[in-house]
Amino acid sequence: MAYSEKVIDHYSNPRNVGALPKDDPTVGTGVVGAPECGDVMKLQIRVGAGGVIEEAKFKTFGCGSAIASSSLATEWVRGKTLEEAAQIRNTDIVQELNLPPIKIHCSVLAEDAIRAALADYKAKQDKLTA
Amino acid sequence: MAVKGVAHMYRDKGDHLITVATEHKAVLDAHHALEREGFRTTFLGVGPDGLVDLDELKAAITDQTILVSVMAVNNEIGVVQPLAEIGKICKERGVLFFCDAAQAVGKIPLNVEELGIDILAFTAHKMYGPKGIGALWVRRKAPRVRLEPLLHGGGHERGLRSGTLAVPLIVAFGEAAEIAQREMAEESARILALRTRLYHGLQAKLEHIHLNGSWEHRAPGSLNVSFAYVEGESLLMGISDIAVSSGSACTSASLEPSYVLKALGVGDELAHTSIRFGIGRFNTEDEIDYTIGRVVEVVNRLRDMSPLWEMVQEGIDLRTVSWTGH
Repeated sequence: MAYSEKVIDHYSNPRNVGALPKDDPTVGTGVVGAPECGDVMKLQIRVGAGGVIEEAKFKTFGCGSAIASSSLATEWVRGKTLEEAAQIRNTDIVQELNLPPIKIHCSVLAEDAIRAALADYKAKQDKLTA
Repeated sequence: MAVKGVAHMYRDKGDHLITVATEHKAVLDAHHALEREGFRTTFLGVGPDGLVDLDELKAAITDQTILVSVMAVNNEIGVVQPLAEIGKICKERGVLFFCDAAQAVGKIPLNVEELGIDILAFTAHKMYGPKGIGALWVRRKAPRVRLEPLLHGGGHERGLRSGTLAVPLIVAFGEAAEIAQREMAEESARILALRTRLYHGLQAKLEHIHLNGSWEHRAPGSLNVSFAYVEGESLLMGISDIAVSSGSACTSASLEPSYVLKALGVGDELAHTSIRFGIGRFNTEDEIDYTIGRVVEVVNRLRDMSPLWEMVQEGIDLRTVSWTGH
């Protein structure tokens, strides 16, 4: 399979690999996918006082396109507000990385991971204020 | 040609065929095509070692069975089926035995008389010959096997496969076979040593790796290993200077995990992490050592960014996690 240069770049030099403390109330964690499907993404965000995402980390089990999609997602959410991050669409990722049709599910998974991390953060905050 | 040729020629004798779930798609798809014509097929399962259960084969043969098709060496995992035992069972029950030996001829000794094979298929490009030519050996006596041709017209090759013969390919095929036969004993010992060096080298430096298929009943140059928690395609991408494949190259257009590994009982999560190594005539010990080093380096890098590896290190049992399948 031929990979786009951007996919190869993210695969070779993935941005923001790592983990944030998942019990921290300012951290939202999203884990999506399943090992038997061949893709699992974990995306974490740390939200600052102004509701802006200050830090994002990921770990991914999956093909090069899945790694690139999640690496790109961490780059894109950083510096965005929660509302702005929720606007990121998988089609944007497909376009940026030139993903072939057979790899579109990787971008869907990355969008799902962002949403899951946002939802986890919100659930934690709701619990604190309740 | 062999499967369809026998089925169509012996239709009056019976309508039942037997093959194995881990056969090459070329054989499986021929059976599926015949099923659409009204034939019935039993697809035998295999054990965790990838081998056919002989008792299961015996039990599957009925008075309607006309053909048993079992490959010699599996194209994906390299295991060698118990051909002599299968041949013996077929002979006792009066059923023809077709063996797809594309991965075996020129690599392991095969004697159709000793193994009781009635039809043997093999190909030039798997023994360093040219692409575009194969051969079908068909038994002429005890019993005389007859095949219904797929192509009609011209009567070449005793009417079995009409069409002008590709003489240059035939000559090259013959030469390739002669070289393979001459060097087989020495080459297979050398290649087996390389395969052993590769697997032991990987085992010494990586935990959580799994051999797929039997170690003993295996062609010398074949190795199929699962590297748990590292997805196969991403591993391939990291070792792109080494020619290996994830699963079978013939089905790489799909993202489905290997049907062969599934038949062995390998779970989908491990099947996604499998790599097929093929060692051949032109590989050296240095290349094996280089491969070990590169694979270990990339597996470690990818495990460091694998959420599954992280969970396992934290002591989480992945089977207890509720995943969101997609």
